[in-house]
Amino acid sequence: MRLALAAALAASLAAAPGLADDWQAVLDAARGQTVYWNAWGGDARTNAFIDWVGRQAEARHGVTVQQVKLTDTAEAVTRVLSEKAVGQETGGSVDMIWINGPNFLAMKDQGLLHGPFVGNLPNARYLDLAPGSPNVVDFTVPVDGRESPWRLARFVFVADTARVDTPPAAMADFVPWAEAHPGRMTHPDPSNFMGATFLKQALIELAPDPEALQSPVTDASYEDATGPLWAWYDALRPNLWRGGTAFPENEAIQQRLLNDGEVDIAMSFDPASTAAAIRGGLLPETARVFVPEGGTIGNVSFVAIPYNAAHRAGALVVANLLIDPAVQAHMQNIDVLGAFSVLDPNRLDDAGRAAFADLPDDPALPSRAALGPTRLEPHASWMTQLTADWAARYTR
Amino acid sequence: MSARGEGWGLRAGVIVVLGVGVIGPIAAGLAQTARAAFGVMPAIGATEPGFAAFAALFAVPGLGSAVRLTLVTGLGATALSVIVALGALPALHGRLSRGRAARWLTPFLATPHAALAIGLAFVLAPSGWIARAVAPFAGFDRPPDIALVGDPWGIALILGLMVKEVPFLLLVGLAALTQIPLTRHLATARALGYPPAAAWLKVVAPQLWPMLRLPVMVVMAYALSTVDMALILGPSTPPVLAVLLARAFFAPDTAMLLPASAGALLQGALVAGALGALWLIERVLARLGRAWLRRGGRGHGIDGLFALGRFVALVLAAIGGLAILALLAWSFAWRWPWPAPLPESWSLRAWIGAGPGLARAAGQTLAIALSTTVLSLALAVAWLEGEDRARLGRAGWAEALVYLPLLVPQIAFLYGLNVLFLRLGLTGGVAAVIWAQALFVFPYVMIALSDPWRALDPALIRAAAALGAGPWRRLVAIKLPVLIAPLLTAAAIGLAVSVAQYLPTLFMGAGRIATLTTEAVTLASASDRRVTGVYATLQAGMPLAAFAAAFVIPAVLHRNRRALRGGGV
Amino acid sequence: MSLDLDALCPRLAGAPLFAPLSLAIAPGTVASVMGPSGVGKSTLIDAIAGHLAPAFTLTGSVTLNGADILARPAESRRVGVVFQDAVLFPHLSVGDNLAFGLSRAVKGRAARRATVEAALEQAGLSGFAARDPASLSGGQRARAALMRSLLADPAALLLDEPFSRLDTALRDEIRAFTFARIRARAIPALMVSHDPADAAAARGPTIRLIPIGDIT
Repeated sequence: MRLALAAALAASLAAAPGLADDWQAVLDAARGQTVYWNAWGGDARTNAFIDWVGRQAEARHGVTVQQVKLTDTAEAVTRVLSEKAVGQETGGSVDMIWINGPNFLAMKDQGLLHGPFVGNLPNARYLDLAPGSPNVVDFTVPVDGRESPWRLARFVFVADTARVDTPPAAMADFVPWAEAHPGRMTHPDPSNFMGATFLKQALIELAPDPEALQSPVTDASYEDATGPLWAWYDALRPNLWRGGTAFPENEAIQQRLLNDGEVDIAMSFDPASTAAAIRGGLLPETARVFVPEGGTIGNVSFVAIPYNAAHRAGALVVANLLIDPAVQAHMQNIDVLGAFSVLDPNRLDDAGRAAFADLPDDPALPSRAALGPTRLEPHASWMTQLTADWAARYTR
Repeated sequence: MSARGEGWGLRAGVIVVLGVGVIGPIAAGLAQTARAAFGVMPAIGATEPGFAAFAALFAVPGLGSAVRLTLVTGLGATALSVIVALGALPALHGRLSRGRAARWLTPFLATPHAALAIGLAFVLAPSGWIARAVAPFAGFDRPPDIALVGDPWGIALILGLMVKEVPFLLLVGLAALTQIPLTRHLATARALGYPPAAAWLKVVAPQLWPMLRLPVMVVMAYALSTVDMALILGPSTPPVLAVLLARAFFAPDTAMLLPASAGALLQGALVAGALGALWLIERVLARLGRAWLRRGGRGHGIDGLFALGRFVALVLAAIGGLAILALLAWSFAWRWPWPAPLPESWSLRAWIGAGPGLARAAGQTLAIALSTTVLSLALAVAWLEGEDRARLGRAGWAEALVYLPLLVPQIAFLYGLNVLFLRLGLTGGVAAVIWAQALFVFPYVMIALSDPWRALDPALIRAAAALGAGPWRRLVAIKLPVLIAPLLTAAAIGLAVSVAQYLPTLFMGAGRIATLTTEAVTLASASDRRVTGVYATLQAGMPLAAFAAAFVIPAVLHRNRRALRGGGV
Repeated sequence: MSLDLDALCPRLAGAPLFAPLSLAIAPGTVASVMGPSGVGKSTLIDAIAGHLAPAFTLTGSVTLNGADILARPAESRRVGVVFQDAVLFPHLSVGDNLAFGLSRAVKGRAARRATVEAALEQAGLSGFAARDPASLSGGQRARAALMRSLLADPAALLLDEPFSRLDTALRDEIRAFTFARIRARAIPALMVSHDPADAAAARGPTIRLIPIGDIT
C-alpha cells in the first residue's frame, strides 16, 4: 500500500514542470517506434479498438502499434521468461501486455516488469489511485505502479430471455434452475479465466467467511471456505450441458453455444458484450445481461511493460493514450467497444465529461446501477488452488 | 569423374545444410527439453537434477486418460486411414486417371488441418449442419444435448484426422502404384482365378507397402501429437496429451514448464513406441500374409470389405466437402441462428471488416510460404541431383534424417529450440519462421519429388549424355522440364504445408509474425464463426490456388506434348 | 578412326559377366555382338558409353582413335548411342530433339536450323520439325533418333538392339537406312542384338558373347 500511495502522490505531481520535461523526453524517444502490444485476440471488437488506438498513436505521437494477438496471455509471459532465461536484458520482443491476475502476479514475482511508471503518465491525473481503489490492486496484489489500467471488467451472466423467464437470482439458485432445465447451461473450463471466475463468484457467495478470501490461501482456510462450494457444485454438475463432462474452452465459445441454442445461459467479463454481440449478429435480439442480487466480481484490465521491452518509450506513450478521456469515451461507446471507462468522473474536466455524456444508449446495455455492487477478487492464490482442485476432482 | 565428385559435393553440401539446419537444432531442442524434464532450468531457478518433474507430471489429474485418449485417437485414426485408403485405392485407380483423382483429392490436401477442423466442428456439432438438416424431421426444437464434437472417446477427432489423412495416403498410394506393373500383375492374378480384392491384397499390397511405410509413419506421428486439430475437435477434460502439454507450456505458473518438458519426453516416447509397434505389426502381418498366400485360397469373401472401404472414403469425402463449404458459407453469413439450414442474412461485412489485418496476414503468409517452398525445392533438387551425379542409390539413413522433423513430435523440441534461438538472438524474425517452417516443408517436398524424380526414364539421361550433354545441361534442359509437373506439385504441397504451420510460426515468430493460420486458430477460440470463416477460407484457398497452378501450368506448357500429359502429379 | 576393345570385361562383385572381349572395329564397319538374353549385352554398351551402374567394375580398356576413353564421363567420350526404344525427349519437338543433339561446332541460328532441316529431310521427315515426338510412328522415331545421334558428330556409334521393336517390314528399311548412314559417316559402330538377321545385314565382324559359366 505504501508504494501505491507513492504512486498516487506522483500522479498529483504530474503537472510539475520537471515531470513535463521528462514526458517530453519520452515523447521524443517514442516517435518512430513500433510498439508490439501483446493482447488476447479473441474479440474482434477489442481488436478493432486496439487498431483504432494505433491510428491515434500514429497521428498524435508518431508511434505505430502492432497488436500481437494471443490465444492466452500466458504466451507473452512465457516469451519474456524465455528471453530472461538467455539473458536478453534489452531489446525484448514484448513491449506491452494486456494483463491481470495470475499472469501479473507471475511476472511481478519474477521481476519481469518495468516500473513503477503509472504515476509518471500525464493522464494518470484522471485516475483514482487512492488506496483501496480497484486501480491499485489486481486480485488483491498491489499494483505498485507496474501496470496501468485501461478498462473496467465486471462478471455478468447472459441469458436468452426468449427461453429463460426468470434467471437465477443468486449462485445458489443455479442448482434448482439447472435441475429444471437439464443440459441448458454450462461454464467455461476452469483452466480458463472465465471458468475460474464462475467458481470464484460462487465461492464468494457461498464461503462462510468471505473476508478470508482476501488473504493468501492456507490449507485450513481453503478447507473451510470451499466445503459449501463443492457441495453446491456436485449438485449442479450432473445437470450441466453434456452432463458436466465437457466444457467450452472459453467464454467466446460459450457465447457461440448460446447463439446456436445449445445452452440458454452464458457469461462474460464485459457488461457491454451482449449489446455488442447483438449488433454484430452474434446473439439473438432477446439476449440480456443479468447478475446475482449481491453483485459480482469486478476487476480492472491493465497494461504492463516488460523490463526488457525494446520500445519502452512507445509503450509508455500508448499506456498514457489509453487513459486519455477522449479515448476512454470512445472505448465506452457501445458502437465501438462499450467497455466501461476506468477514469474517475469527478476528476474529468468539462470536455471530458461532455464526451461521456454524449454516448449512445442500447436496450441490451445494462446501466451501472443495474449491475449492483462490485465484489472484490479473492487473492490470486485462491484461483490457482481452486482450479487445480477442480481439475483433480472432475478430470477422469 | 568430375560429375561424380560434384555429386558427392552436392550431397555433402546438402548433408551439411541438413546437419546444421535440421538435425542439430532438433537434437539441441530435445536436449533442452530433456534437461528441463530432469529438473534443470536455471531461468526459473531450477538447478537440482532429479525426477521431481516426472512425479509432478504423473500427478497431473487425468494424465492417464490423456495418454489413453492419445493412443486411441492417434493409433485409431492411423489404422482406419490406412485400411480405408487401401480399400478405396483400387476403385480410385480403376475409375479415374491419376491426374483426375489427384484433382479430386486436392481440396482435402490443400485445406490446412485447423481450417478443416473448424468447418468440421460446425458440420458435426449438435447445433451443426447435419443436426439442422434433420431437425424438422426429428422434431428437435433445441439442439440435442449429445457430445458429437469433443466427445470423450475422441471420435470426432479420429474422423477429422481421417478426413485429412486418407486423401494424403491415397495420393501417395496412387503415386506408388505407377512404380508397379499393375495392369500386368493384376491380369496375371485374375487369370489365376483370384477375384479383384484378393489379387490386390496378395499381389499389389505387399509391393505397395514399402512405399507407403514412411507416409504412414508420418501420419501416425502427426495423429499422436496434433495440437490444433485436437483443440478444436477433441475432448477437453482431459484433452489429448499434446494439448495438455501445450496448455502447461503456456500456463502462467512457470513451474509448470518442468512437468511440461517431462510430458514432452513422454510424448516422444509414445510416438517412438508406436513406430516400433508398427514395425512389429508389419513383421507379423507379413508372416501371416505369406501363410495365407501359400494356402492359395482365392479369397472370394473379401470383395465386400473393399466395398466398405470405398463407402467410408465417400462418406469422409462428403463430410470433408461439407466442412469446406461450411467455412465458405459462414464467411458470407450475417445472422445464422439455429435451426436455419442456411444463413438468414448474407453479408460481405466479415470480409470487409477483416480487411487490413487480413491483407497483412495473407501477404505475410504468402511471402513466408514462397520463400520456404523455394528454399526446400532447391534443397530437394540438390539432394536428388547429387544422388544422380554421385551415382548413389537411395540412402536409407539419409532419408530417415530428412523425415526426422515429421517423426519427432513438434512439442518435444520446439520449446527447447525456442530457448536456443533466443540465445543466438535469432528469434522473432521472418527468417527464423522461414527456417522453422522449412524443417517441416522440406520433407514433404522430398516425399512429393523423390519418386517421380527417380522414376524418370534413365534412357533420357543416357541419350542426352550420349549426345554430349554434360550434367548441368542434362539437369536444366532435360530433367527439370520433363519433371515440371511433379516439381510444381511438390511446390504446391510445400506451400500448403507452410501455410498450415502453427506451432513453429508461433514459437519462432515470437508471436509477431501473424499468418492466416495463427490468426485462424486464435479466432477459432472466439465466438465469431464468420471471421473465422474468412480466415479459414483464405487459408484453404491459398494452397488450393497453388495446386490449381500446378495442374494448369504444365498442361499449358505441354499442351502439344502427348507423352507428358496424362498425370498431373 | 577406330574403336578398339581390349580384354574388356564388366564384373559384378568381382565375378566377370562374360569372357573378356577384344575387338577392333574399323571406320565405316558395323561389328555385331550376339548372345543370349541376360549375358550382359546391354552392360557392354553401358560400359563403353559410360553409363555402367556403380555396382559393376570394369577391367580391360576401350580406346577410340588411340585414346583411352574409360576415364572420361559419358558426355565427353564422343560415343553416340541408339537405344532400343529410340528415346526422344518428350518435352521437345522433333526439330528441337535434333537441335539438342547438334554439335556446338555448327554456329548461328540460321545455320543450325538449316542443318536440322537437312537431317530431317535425309530421314524422310521433312516438315516434321514442330511435331510432338509422341505423334511419330515407330519407324519415324527410329530415324529421328539416329539422325539426332549423328548430328552430335560422334566418333563412334553404339546400337543397342536398335531394330527389335520394329515390325518385320519396317525392320529391313530402317536397318538399311541406319547402316548406310554409318558407312557414309565412316565411323566405327558396335551393335548388340539377338537377331542373326541384324548381324548378317551389318556385314561386319560378328562376336558371340560366352556366358562365364560355359567357359569354365
